[in-house]
Amino acid sequence: MNKPIRTMSIFCMLLFAALLLNSTYLQYFDASSLNSRPDNKRVRDAEFSRKRGAIVAGGSSIAESTKIDDQYKYQRVYKQPLKYAPLTGYYSYIYGRSAVESSQNDILSGSDPRLFVNRVVDMIGNSQPKGGSVSLTIDPKAQTAAYDGLRALGKNTEGAVVALDPTTGKILAMVSHPTYDPNRLASHKFSEVQKAWAELNSTKNRPLLNRGIQEIYPPGSTFKLVTAAAALSSGQYTPDTKVKGGPRLDLPQTSTDLVNENGSTCGGDPITLTQALEVSCNVSFGDIGLRLGADALRTQAEKFGFNQTYLNDIGGQVQSRFPANPDQPQTALSAIGQFDVAATPLQMAMVAAGIANNGTVMRPYLVDEVQAPDLSLLDKTRPEAFRSNAVSSSVARDLTQMMIEVVDNGTGTTAQIPGIKVAGKTGTAQSSPDRPPYAWFVSFAPADNPKVAVAVLVEDAGVERNAISGSGLAAPIAKRVMEAVINK
Amino acid sequence: MSAMQSLREAAFTHRRRRGAELFLLVVSLVVGIGAYAAVGLGVEGTVPADIVGYGGWLAVLCLGCHVVVRLVAPYADPVLLPIVAALNGLGLAVIHRIDLADLAANPDAKTFARGQLIWMTLGVLLFVVVLVVIRDHRQLQAFTYTSGFAALVLLVMPLLPVLGTTINGSRIWIRLGPFSFQPGEVAKVMLVLFFAGYLVLHRDALALAGRRFAGIDLPRGRDLGPILVMWLISLGVLVFQRDLGSSLLFFGLFLVMLYVATERPGWLVVGSVLFVSGAYLGYLAFGHVQSRVDTWLHPFDPHNNAYQIVQGMYGMAWGGLVGRGLGQGDPTLIPFSYSDFIMASIGEELGLTGVMAVLLLYGLIVERALRTALVCRDAFGKLVAVGLGVVFALQVFVVVGGVTKLIPLTGLTTPFLSYGGSSLVANWVIVALLLRISDQARRPLPELTSPEEDDATQVVNLR
Repeated sequence: MNKPIRTMSIFCMLLFAALLLNSTYLQYFDASSLNSRPDNKRVRDAEFSRKRGAIVAGGSSIAESTKIDDQYKYQRVYKQPLKYAPLTGYYSYIYGRSAVESSQNDILSGSDPRLFVNRVVDMIGNSQPKGGSVSLTIDPKAQTAAYDGLRALGKNTEGAVVALDPTTGKILAMVSHPTYDPNRLASHKFSEVQKAWAELNSTKNRPLLNRGIQEIYPPGSTFKLVTAAAALSSGQYTPDTKVKGGPRLDLPQTSTDLVNENGSTCGGDPITLTQALEVSCNVSFGDIGLRLGADALRTQAEKFGFNQTYLNDIGGQVQSRFPANPDQPQTALSAIGQFDVAATPLQMAMVAAGIANNGTVMRPYLVDEVQAPDLSLLDKTRPEAFRSNAVSSSVARDLTQMMIEVVDNGTGTTAQIPGIKVAGKTGTAQSSPDRPPYAWFVSFAPADNPKVAVAVLVEDAGVERNAISGSGLAAPIAKRVMEAVINK
Repeated sequence: MSAMQSLREAAFTHRRRRGAELFLLVVSLVVGIGAYAAVGLGVEGTVPADIVGYGGWLAVLCLGCHVVVRLVAPYADPVLLPIVAALNGLGLAVIHRIDLADLAANPDAKTFARGQLIWMTLGVLLFVVVLVVIRDHRQLQAFTYTSGFAALVLLVMPLLPVLGTTINGSRIWIRLGPFSFQPGEVAKVMLVLFFAGYLVLHRDALALAGRRFAGIDLPRGRDLGPILVMWLISLGVLVFQRDLGSSLLFFGLFLVMLYVATERPGWLVVGSVLFVSGAYLGYLAFGHVQSRVDTWLHPFDPHNNAYQIVQGMYGMAWGGLVGRGLGQGDPTLIPFSYSDFIMASIGEELGLTGVMAVLLLYGLIVERALRTALVCRDAFGKLVAVGLGVVFALQVFVVVGGVTKLIPLTGLTTPFLSYGGSSLVANWVIVALLLRISDQARRPLPELTSPEEDDATQVVNLR
């Protein structure tokens, strides 16, 4: 009977080997991912009673932990909570964390591998480990201008502003409205936190949503920049090429026509491409879209970042979308940013920034530096190209010139800044007949040496339907944000 | 060749090694009492006031065992007793630690450490009784069918209306006055004895008849009877007592012993087919099996009620390589952290290091049992030792594998560590039986003199 006994010995050995390997996996290899799960109470308790690092914008902290006399010892405090809520996110005992509080949790809580030496020193010194701080790329003036601009449209305004530094990809401002007060969620009075949470989640205009990156909207006429880029890049068009104008475009395969906003005739037929962009002529761009085809439009859109994820510093970035297989009428509608085309405000800011930066789209980022608790520099984000040559530099030059015309003589005059050349494009997008249109404005300035690219979206300002337009609602906000960056 | 081998085996004389056992036992006591002191230091900042009384009691129990072994089983394996003492001491310390945390949260909380110490004392007494009463394990072969009957009765007892109670969804407990008891733990030992006795008698029929199919000797149809009966009993445990773990344990045990007795891998094939089909049927038929599998596959799915296993995993991850230190973690977040999930508590506070140490101790127990089976000179002893060793290995695998999410979670106790009287007592009896068999196996053969040399000498039956 000894042979089977030996076989069983090997079998038992395998059982124990499996147990040893599995517990090694659990306690060593998988430990950090288990520890970072938001419902992990042990880690949460330990982190909660630790001095969490600050989140800094423009040299002053917008979120920090202050001493408090209760079981958790520290209270997370957000200064200017409403303005910065989409960026800082919340740090709640019950509901976990969001935005930078979530994406930079390792640094802020002090459990990042880069803080290992600090932790060992703390352990030897028998003091609680401390968290490092995070500096954002945000320009507080631009952020304030964007927030005040949206706020001025009314308490219930739904909208977002995203501003980028075109040469680096730094996010200079990101505002979403309506917003919320993260202090209410960070409170240690858990019943009040629960009440606040229920309230925020039941509010119809979704204040917890970061409209800059977490929702996509039909970009409307601002998408004509992408169509124009595709046209110029095809080699078949120059800014002076004559394109179809007039009041209507016959959509193939259908009995309907594509018409212009407010029954305009675009000033003639044919007109130059520059003029078509200047007056935002639907007929022209619908026709160009039909001639280029959906694939050319999609390729150009994807070069700017459509159908992709690129933002790592805040979670939940939604991919902007260009439809997969539109038929001909759908292609014509897509070319003017309708049908199934949808973009985040960040995406439209990237389109403007790519044109501003000689055709190179930089990867957008929000975390500039991370610092150890002693404020020594641990890491600084280096700008990187998301896509070089999204358009060629000559196409970028042509587009810039056309966008200057838009602001100087066309639909975007409300964005003019005295003494500075501004390049921009308006948009007013219909989604469905029963809801107000979206007002867009994307722009950058100064046009000859771009410092800032902005996208403004006003989703619903509660104003009369005919008062909604990119130039009326969105462009003035873009102007103030650009001024805030330039006039430093 | 085999003759030479047996000659060599006969020539090898095992040493008693009782001194080594005593030394290791002292080390074990240092582990157990040290852990108890560390709990006091970790939770309250001071060495517990009752450390002398507690340590003394533990030492008396362990050294008492040693003395008894020295007297009645001098050739017994010297490693088993110290391992068991270390595990039991560590388990007591961890249970005490969780008691303290419970008391801190609620001064009226039920505590478990004192009860566990009493059960340990009872276990040690039974250990002594087994060693003293059973001077030769072959005596037990006479009780083959008695053991089988007793096992059956024990298994059925929890189903009886007055006696049995359902705790946490499993009907595996009986309640007598203030005491509740899991008869399945004792049934396990009885089943090993029954299987061993039965297989020693019938293994030739089971081994020799049969036909060959696809390179594997398959048994005859009529010989499938016992395995089918055992399969049905296991399924019965699953169906009526809703006890997945024990069901798996009993069937696996029988299968392994059948294979060892007959030396025919064909039984493993038949058994595995039966096991897989039984498990699949169980999965299809019973919601509680399905939910166990679902929580195993998707523990983080909010629809699955996987709080316990997820907390266990979080605890072990939080412990990391070296653990939080006794008294520094939050094991009370895990439901049943003092019993089924005590491994997660150990993982949290003693880290991967502690978990590995405990697993290696378990592995050593199994190794010593199988080694005993190898050197044992009679078939019955071999089978009992293999059965006890394998049932121990399976139990550790099923419970620790369940807690660490290697396999679906089933309710079994962690031998010597988790709180639970029946399990503790039964495991002390298992160790006593193993020591008895190893004493018999390692004892030098008596000098045999040929009867022809001296007419006055008679051959006597050593039994």
